[in-house]
Amino acid sequence: MKTKSPIYLLILISPFLAGWIAIFIGAYNVSPLMVLKVIAGEIAPFFGNPDIPERAIILDIRLPRVILAGLVGIALSGSGVTLQGIFRNPLVDPFILGISAGAALGCALSVGFFPEIPIQIMAFPFGIVAVILAYTIASTQGEVSRLPLILTGVIISAFFTAMVSIVKFLVDPHKLQSIVFWLMGSFSLSDWKLVKIAGAGIIAGVLPIFLMRWRLNAMSMGEDEAKALGVNVKRERIIFIGASSLAVSIAVSVSGIIGWVGLMVPHLVRMLIGPDHRSLVPLSMAGGAAFMIFADTIARNLTNFDIPVGIITAITGAPFFVYLMKKGGRESWGR
Amino acid sequence: MGEIMLEVKGLHFRHQHTEADVLKGIAFGANMGQITTILGPNGSGKTTIFKCMAGIWKPQRGKVFFDGKDILDLSWEKRAKILAIVPQEHEPPFPYTVLDAVLMGRVSHVGAFSSPSKYDYLKAEEAIETVGIAHLKEKAYTKISGGERQLVLVARALAQEAPVMLLDEPTSHLDFRNQVLILSKVREIARQKGITVLMTLHDPNLAMVFSDKAVMVNEGCIASNGTPESVITEDNLKRVYGIDVAVINWNGTKVVCPRVERYD
Repeated sequence: MKTKSPIYLLILISPFLAGWIAIFIGAYNVSPLMVLKVIAGEIAPFFGNPDIPERAIILDIRLPRVILAGLVGIALSGSGVTLQGIFRNPLVDPFILGISAGAALGCALSVGFFPEIPIQIMAFPFGIVAVILAYTIASTQGEVSRLPLILTGVIISAFFTAMVSIVKFLVDPHKLQSIVFWLMGSFSLSDWKLVKIAGAGIIAGVLPIFLMRWRLNAMSMGEDEAKALGVNVKRERIIFIGASSLAVSIAVSVSGIIGWVGLMVPHLVRMLIGPDHRSLVPLSMAGGAAFMIFADTIARNLTNFDIPVGIITAITGAPFFVYLMKKGGRESWGR
Repeated sequence: MGEIMLEVKGLHFRHQHTEADVLKGIAFGANMGQITTILGPNGSGKTTIFKCMAGIWKPQRGKVFFDGKDILDLSWEKRAKILAIVPQEHEPPFPYTVLDAVLMGRVSHVGAFSSPSKYDYLKAEEAIETVGIAHLKEKAYTKISGGERQLVLVARALAQEAPVMLLDEPTSHLDFRNQVLILSKVREIARQKGITVLMTLHDPNLAMVFSDKAVMVNEGCIASNGTPESVITEDNLKRVYGIDVAVINWNGTKVVCPRVERYD
């Protein structure tokens, strides 16, 4: 293995740092040390449990929110780096391929018309149908070219977004408000129950990606070369796409549509540590978690209201992405 | 040495939804430790033969045997342990280091949920040494020259530890020096490791110098098959390429020179 640079370690611990900061910042200020004390006491009771009012704020309000944001960040950038690898395409992410829009339709249907079906169960099939549609329409004779994939992804996204609009139009106004707010992307409804649901689904999705990450190197060489190297391309694509869709659908179901993370974080990490997916995949996941927690902290504290975090990721993401493209995009893509 | 290891028999191929056959019964053999070169004009079916052998396109009829075993029925993973392919220069998607690129040759040897082991690294480093690019190991393989990149792809095929190596026009993007360099390297490796090498070339002179056997393909059929001297003749080149050439004896070998009028 290569020697690991300090930056490797820094990215790996960044979600924990971001999480710690996110917990002590807020409308009710908690001292940084107190955060550590309370969490340490909860994990290992012999540190003692300080019985203070901050305890509830830290453990019941802020911690689940931070963990949920982290999980969603892992799902979005983990699937972003996977999709970029298997389609050897710098411009794809779960949002562009339509997974997010598909999952959103499933969720909107669940909230609006089928409240008896859990939204997670509605999100996944719609998410995976969207990406399969984009993939099959874009492929000609088994080969998927870069540009058609983007174009069909955009079309599929537009289609599913339009379907969501129909749901919004037909649904009763009380439910409309919750659908609209949720679609903008927010962690304001976080609690431990949501953390458990999201944790199970997202980990089930990203675990196979993490375990098979080295094979993404070979798959990124293109379909024919990967086959000649001994990869069962069809089967492994299904695994990677299915796992990505699961993680992203669950993320969308708990936090709405949050763009840019899946596109931006893998690029940034690739520029910092190189393209080898053995490091790139775990570090993109860590970076995604840290970025999501960071963005949510801003969303929570910028004004007196809880701004939808999707707005923050887009506002920070777009100019950052322009900067990256101007500065290092060429090198990172080897051209 | 000299024993037929790889045998292509009666290969017929037609693209889906088309009428014309691209391959009309291709048959030839390739020997262990030797270089067999396929020659032929553009569109004659050279690349199609390789795609069929690699399992990427399914031939309607015909078989490919290695050591008496049909390799077309094998899984991708098993076939990759027999057949390694050096593609024509390709567009690299990410700036992998040379070592990481060569390591990809080990995919068929590493379990789906694992990463390469020390042994796999050893094999990759060995391949890099053999090809003579150890000084490039940590470089991004997008930032080296075309000739060097072609050597990286040869090293990747070597790391695959397959007894057969297919090279698809390995010289097509290279300058004269690099053409000679890479073919010398391939011949050395074939001899040393006893690998059965099959490659396609455009230049009949390079084929004459570097091959042990030559197969000339024209319009999906074998036009001629045998020693390079018996295949690369004035008659065959005229018949297949439709141009006048002179094949001249020189220094124990033969040289092909096109007959064109000189304008002074």
